[in-house]
Amino acid sequence: MKPIWILARLTFHEAIRRRIVLVGLILGLLFLTVFSLGFGLVTAEVARDSVLRPEVLGRVMEKEMASFLLNAGLYAVAFLSVAMAALLGADSLAGEISSGAIQTVLTRPIRRADVVLGKWFGYAALLGLYLLLMAGGLLVSAYLQSGYLPPNLLNAFLLLFLEALLVMTLSLACSSAMPALATGGTVFGLYGLAFIGGWIEQIGSVFNNQTAVQVGVITSLLFPTEAIWRRAAFEMQTPLATILQMSPFTTRSVPSPLMVAYAVFYLLLALTIGIRIFQKRDI
Amino acid sequence: MTTAAIETHELRKVFGRHAAVEGLTLQVLPGEVFGFLGPNGAGKTTSIKMLLGLVAPTAGGATLLGAPIGHRPTLARVGFLPEHFRFQDWLTAAEFLKFHGQLLGLAGPALARRCKELLERVGLAPFHGQQLRTFSKGMLQRIGLAQALLNHPALVFLDEPTSGLDPVGRRLVRDVVRELREEGACVFLNSHLLSEIEITCDRVAFIRHGEVVRTLDLATLNQGQALVSIRAAGLTPELLAGLANWGWDIQANGEELTLTVESDAALPEINRYLVAQGAQVFALSPSRLSLEEIFIETIGKDGGL
Repeated sequence: MKPIWILARLTFHEAIRRRIVLVGLILGLLFLTVFSLGFGLVTAEVARDSVLRPEVLGRVMEKEMASFLLNAGLYAVAFLSVAMAALLGADSLAGEISSGAIQTVLTRPIRRADVVLGKWFGYAALLGLYLLLMAGGLLVSAYLQSGYLPPNLLNAFLLLFLEALLVMTLSLACSSAMPALATGGTVFGLYGLAFIGGWIEQIGSVFNNQTAVQVGVITSLLFPTEAIWRRAAFEMQTPLATILQMSPFTTRSVPSPLMVAYAVFYLLLALTIGIRIFQKRDI
Repeated sequence: MTTAAIETHELRKVFGRHAAVEGLTLQVLPGEVFGFLGPNGAGKTTSIKMLLGLVAPTAGGATLLGAPIGHRPTLARVGFLPEHFRFQDWLTAAEFLKFHGQLLGLAGPALARRCKELLERVGLAPFHGQQLRTFSKGMLQRIGLAQALLNHPALVFLDEPTSGLDPVGRRLVRDVVRELREEGACVFLNSHLLSEIEITCDRVAFIRHGEVVRTLDLATLNQGQALVSIRAAGLTPELLAGLANWGWDIQANGEELTLTVESDAALPEINRYLVAQGAQVFALSPSRLSLEEIFIETIGKDGGL
């Protein structure tokens, strides 16, 4: 077996053994329960209301409400996966460097790049599974209760995965040079900046304020997480919501496919820089 | 000509404005147990890390088993026990060895056999399924030692392998080092526990500010050289000069005289010479220098600060 896969498996194994996965699953289950309960209550309310209205309008209302709730739920899932990605990445290299546990690994006949890439693949598999379970749970719950499924599910899922990978990669790259806490601070700081920038862009576009939109674009370039989320939300949006643009989870200023390409480029660049730094640094 | 196990030339490492290793030049032969001695902060660990490719040298060069440092395939023939025995503590002892075996390219029954063998060798077989986080320092040192031996290495670095360990643990290290020597491996032992070094090593180098200030063959330490103290009256300068036939480092202070001789065989001759030259000898006694005395003498009482 190649070193990179030995290390990826070790990384995956570590997350399970150190109960990171367990905590994630318990919180995730709790979250899914709350979501299902809320979803059930709201859709029932909407259904009761629509008895008074013409049937067609009622069905539209139900569908819009399901879409809105589902997007809100997925936004929370995206945030949970981002938090997990940041924490996993932050401790990875920095933690093993400061404890010295990495010394015996690096004195084996393997490349340092294998260590970084092994961790990357291990965490990527973990985040993929986590997202699949959480997003899948939301969708199944919403479908069973309302019969609603949003469009473009595969695209949306891949975009959510890309968002989590972006955060994990930046975190991993930073932790090749900085201690875990500084890494966590940097990554969450950038994520927060992108978040605020994204909202400024949204609100700016409502009032046709170009400067505000540009602020959003610039923060997206600094860290494209929020832009990727908005692209995912746009993919899952109902046609009516696109026309009406009335809820906080409908997207007015839609990031282009170019922004998605930029995010992929950003990820690869961060990974490459992280590997370079790790190859050069004294352990 | 046999290739040296380790050969360094003016190896140097500077961190910021501080030179951790000034310029290390030394040669370690295959099959040799080599002690690397020096006070705290003398650059011993940094030197080892440079040899193993963990730290990049600022200047100078070195070879390991004939290959330049940083040559990856060579590391398959090298073992390393780091200073603080910190490992992936969520792995069990058996998993930890298996993981390192895999990184070395071992697999299948051969790997399983080797892991079992080593767990027994270091006395951890009953604890093979226990996570390393539950291990005591002594147990971590044992599993670390097992990890360093997985590949039947031709060269093993042990960085402070016995610091803070109980006598049983030290005994294990000593036995393992002896076995490695019997197998023809070279052991590079970094320590400041001089009594350990004295028992296990063939040759030592004294390091100060990352420079070799002296190398010493320990075989000669135990059989030969002795410091001779003499108390005698009538010691003339001509008489003292004549002592150079038998010894060196001759120092006289009134009736007190000390010199270092190659072996005890010189003592009767020195006595005859002194009497023949008209001195009155009251006392003449040899004493061996312990490694500790040589250490203090070489490094200085300030500990090289």
